[in-house]
Amino acid sequence: MTLLITVFAAVICTAIWYKNAGKSEMNLGILCWMFWGASAMWLVDALFEYAELKAEYFAPAAENMLNDTFLGLSVVALGLVIWIVSVLIKDPKGVVRAKLLKKKDVPVKEDAVKAE
Amino acid sequence: MACFTVPAVEAVVVAVAAKIIEKKEKDPVTVNLPTQGGHTETVQKTPFSRKLKWLSWLQLGGCVLLAFEHIWHGEIVPWFPFLAAMSNPADAAEMFHEMATVGVTMAILTTVVWVGMLIVSSLIEKRAIRNAAAAAQE
Repeated sequence: MTLLITVFAAVICTAIWYKNAGKSEMNLGILCWMFWGASAMWLVDALFEYAELKAEYFAPAAENMLNDTFLGLSVVALGLVIWIVSVLIKDPKGVVRAKLLKKKDVPVKEDAVKAE
Repeated sequence: MACFTVPAVEAVVVAVAAKIIEKKEKDPVTVNLPTQGGHTETVQKTPFSRKLKWLSWLQLGGCVLLAFEHIWHGEIVPWFPFLAAMSNPADAAEMFHEMATVGVTMAILTTVVWVGMLIVSSLIEKRAIRNAAAAAQE
């Protein structure tokens, strides 16, 4: 279940990345690499487990499946958190920088105005 | 148990190699590609160091999520030596066996996927250059 959820996340992220390629500065590539990398590694895990359990692998206990689903969703959440933090740190649109360095309104001194 | 450490080590080695190659690399090859409307567009071929970084990103990204899975299952602990299996020799032996089988296979599979990406990207680049050359001759 974890593998399935991660593969779906990888495919969705890659499709969004492809659709916005060249236009988006949202650093979606990091999500694609993470989810595809994890999918490949969990695939190996699944193959070794299948070699050990054979057909039993496809009939997991309900409790195990629920735990795996919960894990898969948590993995996707962690990936999204890593991605959003990386976007905020890179700050491609300068939004965070603009928020932190707000322009200060400097009051015009009356004496200076009178002198002019 | 600790299978993800094998691709993690490979990812670090590859990242270091990519940095070294990047410093030694010459300017990337530039190609003029014809675009719609009779204009030309100057593009650069992706340097090998960048392609090498794809492998380290693929492996490091996967390892981060797999490390989380190991924390979930209590296989990584917050105290030294950080791997629960190291607490007794029998579990440690099983862990090393898993690293040698599952871990090495993970590293090989991700590398094979990367080699596939290299082949496909090389074909795409060659096709674009061939088409550009053909368009220039016409």
